[in-house]
Amino acid sequence: MDKPTIIETIDLKKIYGMGDYEVEALKGINLSICEGEFVAVMGPSGSGKSTLMNILGCLDHPTEGRYILGGEDVSDLNKIELAHIRNAKLGFIFQSFNLLNRMTAIEDVMVPMMYRVENRLSMSERRERAMAALESVGLADRANHLPNELSGGQQQRVAIARALINDPVLLLADEPTGNLDTKASYEIMDQLNKLHERGRTIVMVTHEPDIARQMERIIRIRDGLLDMDRDNEQVAAEAKEELRKTLELPEEAKDEL
Amino acid sequence: MNFSEVLGLALKSITSNKSRSFLTMLGVIIGVASVIVMIAVSNGTETQIANQINALGTNLLFISSSITRGGPNETAAQRQATGLVYTDVAAIKSQINGVAGVSVEQDASETLTFGSNTLTSIPVIGTTPDYTTVRGVQVATGRFITQQDLDLTQKVVVLGSDVATELFGSSNPIGQLITVNSTQLTVVGVLQEKGVVSGTNFNDQIYAPIQVVFQKFTPSFFARVMGDRVRTIYVSVDPKANMNDVITQISLLLAQRHKVDISSPDFTIQTQSDIIGAQESTTASFRTLLASVAGISLLVGGIGIMNIMLVSVTERTREIGLRQAVGATPNDIEIQFLTEAVMLSVVGGVIGILAGVIGSFLFGKFGGMPTVIASYSIGLSFGSSALVGILFGYIPARQAAQLDPIEALRHD
Repeated sequence: MDKPTIIETIDLKKIYGMGDYEVEALKGINLSICEGEFVAVMGPSGSGKSTLMNILGCLDHPTEGRYILGGEDVSDLNKIELAHIRNAKLGFIFQSFNLLNRMTAIEDVMVPMMYRVENRLSMSERRERAMAALESVGLADRANHLPNELSGGQQQRVAIARALINDPVLLLADEPTGNLDTKASYEIMDQLNKLHERGRTIVMVTHEPDIARQMERIIRIRDGLLDMDRDNEQVAAEAKEELRKTLELPEEAKDEL
Repeated sequence: MNFSEVLGLALKSITSNKSRSFLTMLGVIIGVASVIVMIAVSNGTETQIANQINALGTNLLFISSSITRGGPNETAAQRQATGLVYTDVAAIKSQINGVAGVSVEQDASETLTFGSNTLTSIPVIGTTPDYTTVRGVQVATGRFITQQDLDLTQKVVVLGSDVATELFGSSNPIGQLITVNSTQLTVVGVLQEKGVVSGTNFNDQIYAPIQVVFQKFTPSFFARVMGDRVRTIYVSVDPKANMNDVITQISLLLAQRHKVDISSPDFTIQTQSDIIGAQESTTASFRTLLASVAGISLLVGGIGIMNIMLVSVTERTREIGLRQAVGATPNDIEIQFLTEAVMLSVVGGVIGILAGVIGSFLFGKFGGMPTVIASYSIGLSFGSSALVGILFGYIPARQAAQLDPIEALRHD
């Protein structure tokens, strides 16, 4: 591939505990994600998926192996350096939105700019940028609302605006539609797809196969190892196969899908 | 983060939970206000005492007995030392140049009766005619004790104004006989009101010739042998005379009379400024006591702040996690929480200062205690409230900063 690599992991391992109680959460992950990719991460709970996401999000250190983010080896950085990396290069979207409950939408979107080390902006510039970000997620008219005055879908869109405010190289979404109804889920996926079309690199954890199916690449983690890594053509072929099978199934099974 | 952002965050957090913030501050408010009021009260008392002592007249000397007893290893000189005796008074008066008046007091506490009125535990002051000049009291009606009363040991008495009112009401006490313990004394005068000076209520005493008090109220075996012992002699020095010169003369005279070495006398001579100094050190320790009580309440206030900040850190764990995820360093988090604690304590301190100043004023006006607000107490309490914020805010802030972002984001 000719596009620059955003994520590169080399034999990534994470071991929790010590001695007899050692648990190997990641047993050597080799992963490469290029700019502009929209990747779904799947896997049952306890598979090491969350551990991988924490390391990719620079919230945790790998026990062994290297993690190169946007061309910079971040495996051995200290807490402060990691905080700066998260601020400048990463955007987070959580299942539970994690808006600050006493802050209005626009104040919330401005928070990451407060912790910038470089390219610090004045208060008015921040406000302008935050307003533009809210506009891009269609919430300009809700800028001065508190989280409890917003619907779940709206809260998540505020979170997306906040995640993008420092123009990160990578957007990490942890089950962003997990707490939303179907309609709101579509809205959020629509937003993420738009970002993807504009060339944003997104890694998203999801449990819903029909959401994963919309994405060009699926990574499945099982027992701390990469179990499956396929691009969208394979996914499409498999989806067809699955659909064919579904049609042969009895009526009640079809309803479940 | 820059300073104004940090202040903004702290302000937002404090104002978003107003009643809790106020209750948290209350400890500091009470602490600071009590520091200010207590210092103002002791300051006022000190000023009042200094004024009273100055009101005695500036040229007063206080001579008091200071006998050291040596127990089994007592030296001959110590054994011989008698302390001040009544005859010293006459000696000082006649032999020392530059003395305007010499007065002496022998105190007893007796029960007074006149008709059906009885007053118990009234101080009976045995003294000499110079008492009026030396202690600055004035006779309202009748006369004070005269030299003739002394010489003849006349059974006369002069009443303080309160005693006169309580025993006689509005009728004239002059010439009446009152019973003091079992001795009958004739009232010859009533003093003008003077009030309380260094703990002595001049209105609530009666005054008799010192010889009468020696014989009737404080008889002792010692007196028959050595002459009547007295505790304190008051010397009023002529304003034109040199105070130090008079002190030296008196020291030499008394040392010679008591047959003691001048280097280890059985008496001490204090000037007014010595007494003021002693009073000041008493009020200073009183003030220290008050200030430490107030300091303890400030400490309790600080613990209140720490408690609420610890609660706040737990409540806002997710917020802390989110802030860390979007790039806040542990230092940013620590400063945020520390600033919040300091802001609570400093705002509490400022409110406390206002309350203390108003409280001191009201206390002085209606509480019957003189108050003088010390400017240093304002600086002191402001500084210590800020210090309390830093000290008690540190642990919660530290705890917030050390949270693991992964754990914090998962917290609910």
